[in-house]
Amino acid sequence: MEFLTLKIWSPYLVGAGIGILSWFTFLLSNKPIGCSTAFSRTSGMIEQAFTGRSVKDMPYYKKFPAVVDWEWMLVLGIIIGSMVSAMISGEFQLRLIPSLWMARFGLSFFLRFITALSGGIVIGIGARWAGGCTSGHGISGTMQLAVSSWIAAILFFISGILTAQLLFFRIGG
Amino acid sequence: MLKTLHAKKKTQLILGLMMGFIFGFLLQKGGVAKYDVILGQLLLKDFTVIKIMLSAVVIGMIGIYAMKEVGLVQLHPKPGSIGMTLFGGLIFGIGFALLGYCPGTISAAIGQGNLDALLGGLIGILIGSGIFAHLYPNLEGILKKGWFGEITIPEYLKVNPWVVIVTLCLLIISFFYWLESIGL
Repeated sequence: MEFLTLKIWSPYLVGAGIGILSWFTFLLSNKPIGCSTAFSRTSGMIEQAFTGRSVKDMPYYKKFPAVVDWEWMLVLGIIIGSMVSAMISGEFQLRLIPSLWMARFGLSFFLRFITALSGGIVIGIGARWAGGCTSGHGISGTMQLAVSSWIAAILFFISGILTAQLLFFRIGG
Repeated sequence: MLKTLHAKKKTQLILGLMMGFIFGFLLQKGGVAKYDVILGQLLLKDFTVIKIMLSAVVIGMIGIYAMKEVGLVQLHPKPGSIGMTLFGGLIFGIGFALLGYCPGTISAAIGQGNLDALLGGLIGILIGSGIFAHLYPNLEGILKKGWFGEITIPEYLKVNPWVVIVTLCLLIISFFYWLESIGL
């Protein structure tokens, strides 16, 4: 079981593992792996808690109710699974700023925080707009050969690559 | 038997948690819970993200289409339209590069202790999703433009799915060979 404590596995092996995991999500749960809808449901739950008004009559939450479902539990599982993997390999560490960011944009946590927050807002809107994220479209949709998912996944990367180049070579350069 | 299992709500929630655990474990072991690896991919210096995704596609599609042939599983392709998929994809990519995580990998990043993911990105995604839910009634027109629905590539091309699967496998494996041959 020593391989469980290794810091890193081959990306091909990890990918194959995710592929096999997908067989089981389809077989046992009749669901493709996906993550972003859980964030949308959580957002609805938080809005409900803060405003005291139910969101269940909002058209979007009629389609995707603000409740804990299979996918919500999947996302909770990701956090725990990653934490266990990081802890048993000595990789768990509270870090404010990623090192690549620090090398380019310096030590200000505020700058990283604001960029992550705005990036989060944009990706949250984009995932709902496209109807899925790098998991739902990028992995599960493409393996089902869905036309929507291949287009979405390719665009995620084209747009992401262009934005990253702009950010690191124009602004940060 | 599987249908009965699919209908058991509590069992399904536990299964979701267990499958998520494995997914998160794999993401962390693959290194894609790290901002540096994801930005490395978007800056085209590190191809870990693409290697993981495409390996999952190869293994996943073979198994899922094989199980579909014998009636064990059903497909769930997502619907799409020009207005939805094109604009959504482009918006997503901008956020992807700014944040340096996506909704799945940010969950793994939170698990391994990245505070920019927890304090910045997670809150951002929740706000962004909420904004979309409020805007949704006004966006329905754009989202339905150029609707093509839940179609798959073999359905669109009117060919046997295995033609597409074998072609994609060969393309992806050749791409991997090429990546390794140039040292990426």
